[in-house]
Amino acid sequence: MTEALIGRSVPRLEDSALLRGTARFLDDLQAPGALEAAFLRSPVSHGRLHGLEAAAARKMPGVVAVLTLADLRPLLTSERLPLQFRNTGLPEAITPFVLASDEVLFVGEAIALVIADSRAAAEDAVEAIELDLEELPAVADVRAGVMADAARACTGRDNVYRAFEVGYGDADAGFERAACSVALDLDQHRGAGHPMEGRGILALPDPLQDRLQVWSSTQLSHEARHFLADLLALDESRIDVSVPEVGGGFGAKYLLYPEEVAVAAAARMLGRPVKWVEDRREHFLAAIQERDQHWRIEAAADAEGRLLAIRGDMIHDAGAYVPQGINLAYNAATAVPGPYRLPAYRLAVTVGATNKVPTIPVRGAGYPEGTFAMERALDAIADHLGLDRVEIRRRNLIPAAAMPYATPMTTRSGSGITYDSGDFPAIFGKALAAIDHAGFAARAATAADEGRSLGLGVACGIKGTGRGPYESAIVRIGRSGKVSVHTGAMPMGQGVKTAMAQICAETLGLRAGDVTVVCGDTRTVPLGMGGFASRQTVVAGSSVRRATEAVRQQVLIAAAALLEAAPADLELDAGFAVLPGSNRRVSLREVAELAAGSPGYALPPGVRPGLEAQEAWMPDALTYGMGAHAVELEVDRDTGLVRLLRYVVVNDCGRAINPKLVIGQLHGGVVHGIGNALFEVMAYDEQAQPTTTTFADYLLPTVTEIPHMEAIIVEYPTPNNPLGVKGVGEAGCLPVAAAIVSAIEQAVGLPYGTIQRVPLSPPDLLRAMGTLA
Amino acid sequence: MSKQMDQATTAHRVTVTVNGAQRAASCPARRSLADFLRHDLGLTGTHLGCEHGVCGACTVLVDGAAVRACLMLAVQANGCRVETVEGLAAADGTLSPLQQAFADHHALQCGFCTPGILMTLVEVLRDNPDADEREIRESLSGNLCRCTGYQNIVEAALATAETLRRPA
Repeated sequence: MTEALIGRSVPRLEDSALLRGTARFLDDLQAPGALEAAFLRSPVSHGRLHGLEAAAARKMPGVVAVLTLADLRPLLTSERLPLQFRNTGLPEAITPFVLASDEVLFVGEAIALVIADSRAAAEDAVEAIELDLEELPAVADVRAGVMADAARACTGRDNVYRAFEVGYGDADAGFERAACSVALDLDQHRGAGHPMEGRGILALPDPLQDRLQVWSSTQLSHEARHFLADLLALDESRIDVSVPEVGGGFGAKYLLYPEEVAVAAAARMLGRPVKWVEDRREHFLAAIQERDQHWRIEAAADAEGRLLAIRGDMIHDAGAYVPQGINLAYNAATAVPGPYRLPAYRLAVTVGATNKVPTIPVRGAGYPEGTFAMERALDAIADHLGLDRVEIRRRNLIPAAAMPYATPMTTRSGSGITYDSGDFPAIFGKALAAIDHAGFAARAATAADEGRSLGLGVACGIKGTGRGPYESAIVRIGRSGKVSVHTGAMPMGQGVKTAMAQICAETLGLRAGDVTVVCGDTRTVPLGMGGFASRQTVVAGSSVRRATEAVRQQVLIAAAALLEAAPADLELDAGFAVLPGSNRRVSLREVAELAAGSPGYALPPGVRPGLEAQEAWMPDALTYGMGAHAVELEVDRDTGLVRLLRYVVVNDCGRAINPKLVIGQLHGGVVHGIGNALFEVMAYDEQAQPTTTTFADYLLPTVTEIPHMEAIIVEYPTPNNPLGVKGVGEAGCLPVAAAIVSAIEQAVGLPYGTIQRVPLSPPDLLRAMGTLA
Repeated sequence: MSKQMDQATTAHRVTVTVNGAQRAASCPARRSLADFLRHDLGLTGTHLGCEHGVCGACTVLVDGAAVRACLMLAVQANGCRVETVEGLAAADGTLSPLQQAFADHHALQCGFCTPGILMTLVEVLRDNPDADEREIRESLSGNLCRCTGYQNIVEAALATAETLRRPA
């Protein structure tokens, strides 16, 4: 019998080509006659563009065209990109332009593109274009920008995109009853996505068929196809978007960008393939970031440390345009209660403009900021009441008996937020055991004797995963007998293809390697939402499961006709339909041949043409996986250097399809969180000029900063989907900064509230300790 | 301007021995070794993650030493022996012990940084087969990976060292 595949760490299907160097990423795609693009970008954060002089550039060797918005306008239905998520209550005219024409709003905004026979020639020509640009006052800090007398980030536009309130219950009444209350002022910064491969696009016009084939390093091929078709006045039958291997995304690629539209339009205009590959400097300048949120909150608790209410306000830096919506700010605001009972909550959110690149979600999508606010509040109350920081969490975690737990909040689409399953106190207990919390006091005392300062920090988080409305899957057994899965789900390194193959193969009695998985190709599957919100194993996996079950039924019916048996008596094993207890069997190829039909002959009764099923399973609600983190670290009091010693993450993944892949996601998430806690700063000066535009200035975590991580998965299957799975793509990064900051405070004996800003650099820490001015 | 353009476009013949085979192509003096390998020789397994010498994705071995192919000019590699990720597997397609350990230990996710990390480790394990975890981590400190959190990479490297130390 075929073994169960779900729950096993089967080898990844993706690895062979990646390890041999034969995998094809965007820049590896070669198209005969392809031209290359380079962008002229704004050198100033805010300016009036009076014109540009490109005559010299046009004459340079290899240059085919220098294109501005005026040149592309005849091909476009709109000068601006559409708002890419459905939003209500946002003002008009806030989305990015395909290319800037009159006013530039951030450093790096694309103004023109040069098309040449090589990237080097195109870049040479970009240098030769002269800009007539008048600098305007810039908004560099969103807090200043939302003040009434601030300069405008964009002429004629208010600096507040939207102000809204989230919450429930009577927060003020909670404070009236409180035995203690604390106030916190938190500056949270979360850099940028920085996948190791930048963005990129190759647009191939086919004049013979009047079609456009687009290859993009993206997280959203179907959405990209839709928006490109709209902007280029093409119907869907004339444009397709496919993805090669994608070298990481982390949210930075869940957007159709101006560059992609400009390159696609240029390819249409010139009738030649055009490629653009983002370099790292461009990623720093023009790829979305998550960046800044400023929180001022108060938390109230009773004498036992049980939360009564949280209230306050938050200002979110949305940047110069709003390409997607205000989901990032909304997620952060609604993530605050986390895995705890919070009776009343009110947060006033202001989404403001700056002259910086727009912000949309990076891995974690606002949840880390909301989590940080809550975890800091818990630490503060604990310190205020003289309670242990572990004990206060025990007292406030939602107990297992309360599951499923309906929070009083709704998602941005209006559906309820209900935690579907899990034992939060047990998960928290596992993290404490794994870090040996009980033994910490002794370890810290021993270290103190040696003059070393140890701290242990704990924090929890919970992530809504598996966002709908659906993901697509087509499962097909071709006439060859070979099985393929086609889905709108988009791998960026997670191992989506392996997971989908496991789900499909198990249902058909095959090995994972027998299944070919094609992801995010509009040519092979008509619908898709792509890779975001820790959703793909949940929604695409459920669609693959359902579609495969339907195909399995088709196989059994057709095989039964061939074997003269009843479908219910057959089993599928290793590529055959078999009648157990007999030597009668028939291969999938023979079954597929039967279902494909023979000219002039009717199919047997009950057999339908082809072995194929399409499914777009729709979740009724998000599924929530809770995580508990514990970190032990050492602080050098002289230098402010923080050395992480051990890291424990325990996370609920529902049912694990492939445990090794789940743990890999947790590792990556934790390290992303470590970057946000200690290293990654996207800095700008007072004129909103970016000052960290290389990896020498912007520090990604490297291997020497990372401690041994113990990632423990726990499985509380959800009733919300047929597989019982929960997403884990983002979970790992949520409570990392909170756990680390808490541990640092403990290590050096700082009271709560002294550390208000993350990331925390060694000089920041020395200043908090009062040893550096 | 024209002199600058001449310098930018004048072709130089560059001959290298890549993964044991002699290859030659003409390219301008300013062409990086990484672009030469990728564009002129079609060896796209070497990837570019930052083009300013920090991320290490483009690491290849030149005369046995790991270099950042984005910071070296192709003309500087003329006459040299270059090893890239495409040369790691055996002629019959069998993965090298290091490649196999990466698969076994889930040491790659998106795989974009992987070629540079593999080549860095090839040098390390060749020079120091007894490398311990600290030495492995230090040797990898010049390679950025955004996906894996590094832990499984270190484990794969240590497992490979163990395999290589075992008598055949």
